[in-house]
Amino acid sequence: MTLLRAWLRGLPAYLWSGWGALASLFLLFAAWELVAAQYGALVLPAPLETLQRLRELLVAGEALPELLATGRRALLGFAISALVGSVLGLAAGVSMTASMMARPLVTVLMGMPPIAWLVLAMLWFGASDGTPVFTVFVASFPLVFVGALQGTRTLDNQLKDMALAFRLPRRMLFFDVYLPHVISYLFPAWITALAMSWKVVVMAELFATQDGVGAALAVSRSHLDTAATMAWIVAVVGLLLAVEYLLLEPIKREVERWREVPT
Amino acid sequence: MSQLHARNLAHAYGRDEIFAGIDFSLAAGEVVALVGPSGCGKTTLLHLCAGLLDVQDGMIDNHFERPASMFQQPRLLPWKTTADNIALGLKAQGVDKAARQQRALALALRLGLAAGDLGKFPHQLSGGMQSRVSLARALVLQPDLLLLDEPFAALDIGLKEELYALLLAEQAARGMGVLMITHDLMEAVRLADRILVMAAEPGRIVRRLELGLPALQRDDAWIYRQTAELLQLSAVRDSFGLTPRATPASDAGQCTALRETVVTPLAAKARSRC
Repeated sequence: MTLLRAWLRGLPAYLWSGWGALASLFLLFAAWELVAAQYGALVLPAPLETLQRLRELLVAGEALPELLATGRRALLGFAISALVGSVLGLAAGVSMTASMMARPLVTVLMGMPPIAWLVLAMLWFGASDGTPVFTVFVASFPLVFVGALQGTRTLDNQLKDMALAFRLPRRMLFFDVYLPHVISYLFPAWITALAMSWKVVVMAELFATQDGVGAALAVSRSHLDTAATMAWIVAVVGLLLAVEYLLLEPIKREVERWREVPT
Repeated sequence: MSQLHARNLAHAYGRDEIFAGIDFSLAAGEVVALVGPSGCGKTTLLHLCAGLLDVQDGMIDNHFERPASMFQQPRLLPWKTTADNIALGLKAQGVDKAARQQRALALALRLGLAAGDLGKFPHQLSGGMQSRVSLARALVLQPDLLLLDEPFAALDIGLKEELYALLLAEQAARGMGVLMITHDLMEAVRLADRILVMAAEPGRIVRRLELGLPALQRDDAWIYRQTAELLQLSAVRDSFGLTPRATPASDAGQCTALRETVVTPLAAKARSRC
């Protein structure tokens, strides 16, 4: 609740600080416009054309169900990986042996291309929701796991001694000493994992499902409909930007206020 | 009267003997300084007294009920504000939020922190301010025993003086027992009623000295003189690895205010073993 209030209070100042970000986005649009003018609409439709197409898709009611399907899969896969990754990572961090054993496994998981997982998932889950959800889970799990592992491994012994000398009860030891430290590692890991989920889910849908943004992209590609393709891309990226900068970033700032570099 | 007794204390990490045959006592209202070079086991000894380590050999008889510690570094929780850091020990005791914030504020102001500092996070405070917070966190518990592990080692001389004065005022007002470890002889001479000189390999107490003048009445000249005399003692020079004096004078008889304390039979036995 206090977090929500702080979020609302900080929003205007935060949005105002977004002008710089907005300016750089508009520069990107300008470059896009330039390339579009150079090569023609078949290769790359102009930004306004793309936005017009996106509006048509939204008005016709085609876009929303696809975006919802994609969002559902991405969030489900992300939620599972955040939960499982955090719990296993914390558990592995507590034991020296477990963290040493986990290291190479994580490297293998990270090094494995998501497209390879996708092929396996298609064999295991077929054209169901299971395929994208599993691929998202497998791709973002190691990110969360490493974050949780590092958070637990880097707990400061000096602070622990201090806590014991001041006779902190177990509950306080957990909530006031361990948890804030671990959260400061977990939260950035969750954000990275969420961005990863969003990317991977579209790829998985492109190959494996009949609906969702990825499937819509596959259809527009087969129709050589570049405008629609760009419209879908803009929709997905826009959604990611909105979630990241309107929701996660302000929360992160509030949670990690104590970390701010002194000015 | 609350007291702390350590009798024939020995400690080892694995096969490395840290110290052996340590005997000392500390009464309420008394400041005892353990002085010695790095590696003589001072910090281990303090951890034993704080109950952070288990006693392996010998015994510690601690009748103090509310000990509090101050460490080499401030060791503040970086995610808590100044006020919450000061009130940490009170929270652990189950004092309710309003009461502990009030007590933290009152003490913080007395220790030279501004009311505006209380909402800041540790990284927004200077090193000196962090040390004040660390001192406040210990004092707010109204301890009867304060354990200090070289808390002033990293501070500049002006800040040191200020914190010494604050510490001595609190100590005199409350009658706390203070056990401090330091390798700064002048700090020991300024604050302590008794100085125990330790030597390393294995750690042991080689000299026990009593300072005649109460700490609050000592002026700079007196402190410089006593520190210089302390530095002339062969036990101190040996312990810190200083070259022996050119003209060795006898340790006894010269000191005006440094008096060797009567060594208990137990301690004498322990010393003869080293």
